[in-house]
Amino acid sequence: MASVALLAAAGEVGGDFFRERSSDTLPCQAKPNEVFCFDWAKENIDRFGTPTVQHLEIVVPAILIGFVVAFALALLAHRKRWLQPPLLAATGVLYTIPSIAFFFLLLPVTGFGRDTAIIVLAAYTLQIIYRNTILGLANVPDSVKDAARGMGLTQRQILWKVELPLAVPEIIAGLRVAVVSTIAIATLAVLISAGGLGTQMYGANLTFPTSIIIAAAIVILMALAFDVILLAIQRFATPWRRAAQA
Amino acid sequence: MSAGLPFASFGGAIEFIFTPQESNVTGGKKVGGFDKTVELLIGQIEVTLLALAIALVVALPIGLYLGHRGKGELFAIGFGNAARAIPELAVIALVATLIGVGMGNVAPVLAILGIPPILTNAYVGVRQVDRSTVDAARGMGMSEPAIIRKVELPIAIPTVMGGIRSAAIAIVATATIAPLAGVETLGDFIINRNVYGENGLLAGAILVALLALALEGLLALLQRRLTSDGLKVKTA
Repeated sequence: MASVALLAAAGEVGGDFFRERSSDTLPCQAKPNEVFCFDWAKENIDRFGTPTVQHLEIVVPAILIGFVVAFALALLAHRKRWLQPPLLAATGVLYTIPSIAFFFLLLPVTGFGRDTAIIVLAAYTLQIIYRNTILGLANVPDSVKDAARGMGLTQRQILWKVELPLAVPEIIAGLRVAVVSTIAIATLAVLISAGGLGTQMYGANLTFPTSIIIAAAIVILMALAFDVILLAIQRFATPWRRAAQA
Repeated sequence: MSAGLPFASFGGAIEFIFTPQESNVTGGKKVGGFDKTVELLIGQIEVTLLALAIALVVALPIGLYLGHRGKGELFAIGFGNAARAIPELAVIALVATLIGVGMGNVAPVLAILGIPPILTNAYVGVRQVDRSTVDAARGMGMSEPAIIRKVELPIAIPTVMGGIRSAAIAIVATATIAPLAGVETLGDFIINRNVYGENGLLAGAILVALLALALEGLLALLQRRLTSDGLKVKTA
C-alpha cells in the first residue's frame, strides 16, 4: 500500500517522464531485478542530454554567485576582523540546513523552478568558499607582507598582488569541495521541478535502476571534469609552485 | 513552471505541526498534527543515529590507524573527496530498487555517506599531531594502541569531531528522502505532498531544517566537552 502511494507521489513530481515512459516498454525493463539494461541504455542515451544541460544551468550559476558573494564576504572580513565570527556562524547555518528542506522553505517566496535551486545551492557553497578564502589569507606569512610593505606596495596592492595569489591553493581547494558537492546535490532540484539529472533518477525511474545508474554516472563524471578544470586553473595561477617542484 | 504555493504559508505550516488539519488535497481527511510529527521525527532521528553509529564503527578505527601509521594517504583523502560526488538521490533510489526497502537496508547505505568525512578527518587529525609528542609517549613506554587512544585522539579531537559533524549533517539530510525507500521520516511530509498538502510540505521543510541545526548544535557542544582544557587555552 505504502509503495503505491509513494509511486503516485513520485509520478506527480516527475510527471513528464512518467507519462512518456509508460508508452514504450522494452524487453529488460519488464524484469524487475535487472541491474543494468544495456539495450535500453543504447537506445535511450539521448534522453540524458537535456537533463545534463539543465543540470549545468543550475550548477554553474549557483557556483558563480556563491563564489562572488563568499569571496566578497571574505575580503570584507579580512579587513574587518570582528566580522569573522558572525559571518562564519551565518554561513554555517546556511550550510547546515539540508538543501532539500531549504528548497521547500523558499517555495512560498520564489516558487518552483530553477531560480530557487540556484539560490539554495549558492547559499550552500558560501561557507566552504568563505572559510577557505579566510584560511588562505590567514596563512600568508607576515614576513612576506612585511617585505611587500617595505617595497612600497599599498594595502590594496598587497592584497591583490601578494596575499590573494598566495591564498590561491586554499581558495581552489574550497571551490573544489563546493563544486563537487553542488553537482551531487543539484540532483535534488527535481523535487522542485527545476529539472536536471535528478529527473532521470526520480519519478517513474525510481523503479528503473538503469536510468538511475546512467544519471549518477553523468553526475560523477561532471564532478570529476570540474575538479580537473579547477586543478588546471590552480596550476596556471600558481606558477611559482611548479618552479619549486621542478 | 508555475510559481508559488497558493495554499502554503508559514502560519499554516506551524499549525499543521501541532494540530491535524484538512489538507487541500485529501478532501476533508485530517492529516498531520503533533502525534504524527513526533512519530516521523523519531523515525528520522532513529535512522540517522543508526547510520551515524555504523559509519563511526567502520570509519573511525580505520582513519585513526592509517593516520597513526602514516599510511594510505591517497586512500584516506582521495576516497573522502571522491565520495562527495555521489548523488544522494541516486543512492536512495538504488537502495529502493536493488537492495530493498526498510530501516535495515537504508541505515547501512546512509552510513556510506558518513564514512568518507569521518575517515578523512580522523586521518588528517592524527597526522597533524606533532611527531615529537608521539615519540615522547613512545619513550615513556606507551603501547601503540595507548598512543592512539591517549595521545593522538585527544589532540585530534577538533578535527575528528569536524568529520563526525559533516557526516551527521549529510546523513540527516539524506534521511529526509528515506521515505522513498520505505523508512518513515519527516521527509514523508515533503515527499507525499498529495497526502499532507502544501502546509505539510512546508512543515516538513521547517522541521528538517530545525533538526539539522539542532544536531549540529549538539555535536558542537559535545566537541567542546570532549576537547581537553589544555587545547582550549591554546585556541583562546
